[in-house]
This record gives sequence, C-alpha cells and structure tokens, in this order.
Amino acid sequence: MNKKNHVPLIHISKRKALPWYRAWAIRGAAILLALVACALVTMLLTGENPLSIYATMLQGAFGTPRKLWILGQDIAILLCISLAVTPAFKMRFWNIGGEGQVLIGGLATAACMIYLGDVLPNWLLILVMVAASIAAGAIWAVIPAIFKAKWNTNDTLFTLMMNYVATQLVAFSIVWQVPKGTGKLGIINQVTQAGWLPQIGEYKYLLNILIVAALTVGMYVYLNYSKHGYEISVVGESERTARYVGIKVEKVIIRTMLLSGAVCGIAGLLLVGGTNHTITTTIAGGRGFTAVMVSWLAKFNPLAMVFSSFLLVFLDRGASEISTIFRLNHSFGDILTGIILFFIIGSEFFITYQIHFRKFVKEER
Amino acid sequence: MFDLVSFIPRAVVQSIPLLYGATGETLTEKSGNLNLGIPGIMYVGGISGVIGAFLYEQTLASAADANALLVILIPLLSSMLGSLLMGLLYCFLTVNLRANQNVTGLAITTFGIGFGNFFGGSLIKITGSEVPSIALSTTSSYFSKSLPFASKLGWFGQIFLSCGFLAYLAIVIALVSAYVLKRTRVGLQLRAVGESPATADAAGINIKKYKYVATCVGSVIAGLGGLYYVMDYACGVWSNDAFGDRGWLAIALVIFTIWRPNVGVLASFLFGGLYILHSFIPSGTNLSVTELYKMLPYVVTIVVLVITSMRNKRENQPPESLGQPYFREER
Repeated sequence: MNKKNHVPLIHISKRKALPWYRAWAIRGAAILLALVACALVTMLLTGENPLSIYATMLQGAFGTPRKLWILGQDIAILLCISLAVTPAFKMRFWNIGGEGQVLIGGLATAACMIYLGDVLPNWLLILVMVAASIAAGAIWAVIPAIFKAKWNTNDTLFTLMMNYVATQLVAFSIVWQVPKGTGKLGIINQVTQAGWLPQIGEYKYLLNILIVAALTVGMYVYLNYSKHGYEISVVGESERTARYVGIKVEKVIIRTMLLSGAVCGIAGLLLVGGTNHTITTTIAGGRGFTAVMVSWLAKFNPLAMVFSSFLLVFLDRGASEISTIFRLNHSFGDILTGIILFFIIGSEFFITYQIHFRKFVKEER
Repeated sequence: MFDLVSFIPRAVVQSIPLLYGATGETLTEKSGNLNLGIPGIMYVGGISGVIGAFLYEQTLASAADANALLVILIPLLSSMLGSLLMGLLYCFLTVNLRANQNVTGLAITTFGIGFGNFFGGSLIKITGSEVPSIALSTTSSYFSKSLPFASKLGWFGQIFLSCGFLAYLAIVIALVSAYVLKRTRVGLQLRAVGESPATADAAGINIKKYKYVATCVGSVIAGLGGLYYVMDYACGVWSNDAFGDRGWLAIALVIFTIWRPNVGVLASFLFGGLYILHSFIPSGTNLSVTELYKMLPYVVTIVVLVITSMRNKRENQPPESLGQPYFREER
C-alpha cells in the first residue's frame, strides 16, 4: 500500500447534461448562500439583524404600488437590453456595447422629438421615432460587426470603445442644444407632449412592460424555432462547422448584430420617448453591462432572463431602500449585486462539472 | 497661445493612472486573461489605500506626529492588498471555476466601483469619527512630495521633476514589465501561455501558476493607479465617481500600445494629453466642441484596433487565446 498514488486528490470531469431541476437547485443554493453572505456583510456594516434587513429589501421593492411599478419598469428596460445582446452572445460575439447602442437609439429619438415635434402629426412622428431609433442602434452595432466579419477585429474591445464614443456624442448634442445650460436638456416638448409614447390608462409604465413582454416572446421564438436562430447557434458552437455546412458566417454575424443593435435602439426609444422624455449621458445607467450578466445568468434563454433581470433589479431596489433607511451610500446595492453575481458565476462550475475526490475514485475501481 | 509648459505637467499627471492600469492589464492579457474588472480594481486599489490612510490618520494626534515610513507604507500596502484580493477572486472564478471571463470581469467592475463609492461615502459613518469629509492631507503631502530642487530648475523641473514618487514608479514598472515580457524566460513562457496554452502546457509550463501570478501582479499594479489618483492627483480627497472612466481608458491604452508596456509610457502621455486637451484648445463660444475632443482617445483606439487587425501583422495581434478559457481536458 506504500506505492505512490498517482491519482490526483481532486479530479474534475464534465457532467452529462443535468436535469433542469437539479441545475436550478444548484443555482438556487448558490443564491441562498449569496443572500446569507450579503446579510452578513450588511449586518457588519449596519448592525441590524439579517431578517429585518431582508424585510427592508422586500419593502423597498414591493412596498407600495408605486414601487411595484418602478420595479416593473426597471425590469422591462433591463430585460429589453438583455434580449438585445443575447443573440450576439449566442453567436460568441461579445457585444458589451449595449450601453452605447441604447444611448444612440435614445439620441435619435430625442432628435426626432426636437426637430420634427412641430412639423409632423403625432402618429407619424412616433413612427419616425421608432424607425430612427431602431436604425441608429442597428448602425452603431453593425460597425464592429462588419470589422469582425471582414478582419476579425476584437469584438469585445471594439464594442466597449463604441460606448464612450456614443456617450460623448450625446454630451456633445446636449451642449450643442443648450449652449448656456448646465448640461441638462430638460423635458422635451413638455407642453405639446409631441412624440411622447401614448400612456395606457393611468399606468405610466404599462406600455413599456407590454412591449418588452412581446419582445421576450418574439426573441424566444426567433432563437429557438427559426432558421436564423439555428444558424446563430451553429456559428456560436463552432465556426468551422458552420462554414462546412454552408452557412455564411460573415452574413450571420452582421445580420445578428443588426438585430442586436435594433433592439437596443428600442430600449433607447422606450427610455427617451416612453419614460424620461429627455436624454442624459447616463440614461442607460450601466444597464448595457448588467445586461451581459442577466443574459449569461439565464444561459441565453429569453424566458429565464425574466427571472434573472428580476433578481438583479430586486437587489438594486432593495439595497437602495436599505441605504436610504440606514443612511448608507447608495452604492451599497452594487456591492450586494457583486457578491450575488460572484456566487452565481461560481455555481455554474458545479452545474457543468463534477468533482471526484480521490477516495471515490478508489471505490469505483 | 497654447501653454505647453503648463499643459505637459497636467497631461503627465493625467497619464499616470492610465499607465498603471494599462501596464497591469497588459501583463494580465499576456496570460490570456481579458480582465474587464480593471476599472473596478482601480477603484478598490484607491479606496483601500484611503481606508488604510484614514484609519492611520485617525490614530494621530496631529499631522506632525506622522511617521514618514508608516504614512507611505500603510496606504501602499492596504491598496496592494485590496487589489490583490480582487485579482485572486478573478483568477479563482475564471481559472479554477472556469467561469466566463467577460462576465466575471464585469461583475468585478460592478462590485469594485460599488465598493469604492460605498466606503467613500460611508467610511466616516461606519468608523464613527468626527470629521466632515475624507481629506487625507497629511498622507497626500507625503505622496506628492517632489524632489526638493525641482522648483529651482525652471521649465525643466516643472515638466520632468514635479511629480510624486508614484509617478516615477509607474514608469519604472512599465519599463521593467516590458523588459520581463520581451527579454526573460519568464516573459517568454508567459507569452506562450497567452498565445497557445495547450502548447505551453505540453512544454511543461504550469498554466494555472502563470495565469494566477500574471493576473494578480497585474491587478496590484492597476490598483496602484487608483492609489496615485487619490493620494497625489486628488490631494487625498476621495469623491465618489471622480475616478470616472479612466479604467476603461486604460484598457483602451493596452490596445493602443499593441500590448507593449514600454510604448505605454509615451502613449499614456498622449492619452493623458487627449484627455485634457479640451480645456486647452480655444473653442470660442461653442462649448459643445470640447465634448467631441473628449471622444478622441476612444476614436484613436478604435482606429488602432482596426488597423492592427487589417494589417494582420503577427507581432501586433492580441494574444491568441485572449478571453478564451483553457481546460486541459477539453482540448
């Protein structure tokens, strides 16, 4: 028995596909652990007991009808951007330029509202806004795609840089419009309400939520049941296989990024035309990056993204309530989000892989 | 008239955080890890230094009691520790747990910026001290101490010798990194890991070790950029979000220098200059143009990215396996 044992202490192998309920059980356990860790951190910083902390978080997210609507609105916008970046990710094109594409879409919307607000009838104006925002987002997204398709330019870095070009373009337009102002545009067409997306009944955010719900279903069908969706999956799994079976990879990359940018443009439209009626450089508020995580957490499944975006928005709203009540800085939410993300990111390992310890290996022999 | 003598020192001051970030990220990327957490790590590096310095200054009765060695070492070490922990976390998730690098990096950025702003905003409340704001003037005065004879040398002194020691350290680190990458066995092996981990593995190189060491050292270097920003540039005053998008600009700089830290020394001055160019160019009455000047560093980076990919010269490419995970079992 003194012979040297060459079996490593830990041996990792890939699992066969786990049944979905076990995969979700692992994720659930990770989220639970993460919530415990968050409670510990919050306890250390505020000295409150964890139960009252979570009660506060629930209060912050669901407390009043108004808070519920804001929760719904935030989920809708985040979900919309996540839907936008998903087809690109499925193709292994890392579009982290959602932020810029949303901004450009919003900028196009705002420009239409300002310049065409008095010229066109309202229904035509809204149509033009929709077309302009979609076109602007799509153009912004397709620029990196063309270079990726033709010269294999690094997509992550290119889309990342495009964000800041878009931010400065928006900043430029604002100062250009209001040269003597404080860098704020103010509400566009406050009196005429020209170009404001219609409000359903008395619910300010309902239209946004309905549009995004429709987009979610549409994206699910597109990715899972259409020829385009199939081509995207093949390109993502193996570019060589795709070429071999006769898929034009360049065409798929460009087409998918056009779609990705177009949906981001819609998010910009909803933010500028439907919600804020103005534009600032921070209108996307980092959602372009959060969307990457939402999409990835849901394993690129549009329906599962409803839950992952809910989770992230809930955390954000809850943490902002905590920070208000305990008079902490609002960035507390980012810390909690970060902790939960680390746990979920880590948990994916246990879904894909299996760990064998040395003892088990011996028994199997 | 374009005031060169006052422009250059300001550009240099702007460039140092970028140089730290870019050197750190270059080392990391050479191991094949695309660490998009650098912006967050720079925040963590900055705030960890602030926390260390803040706690130390709280124990002092007056500014004169400060021990020169401790006042430098405590912020420096706490900053390095903070960013090291973030680097370890990134490595643990991407190397051991095989998580996606982009997602992990972005999560670290979210966490890091939140961490920085949270402690920046709440440090006083948490420690229960009685000061109105975080102003570490004592620590800062040590960090920004320049050579005593600098002011006597006229424009030469103003341009080249007026910075604190961290600025010169940045240049030294960048040059040493360039040397290590290009001329040593360790550098060669590191590049091999980034280009083709499978080949490097077959040659007997410990992939995990190289990825860990490169990423952690890279994070620590990047974190120093945050520390420099707070202690020297901002005179020890932490204000939330003041660091801005410099972390992303540092990542842009990595591309701009086509993964060469020694080029980074000059390129970071260029970027620093572009970053503040808008306040030196007479724009007349039209203020909006200044916003377009701020776009320049990013546009320049995109152009470089496109040109290097078009020319397709082998030595100018990103590390071959950049952003790709490496699992021996899945070759």
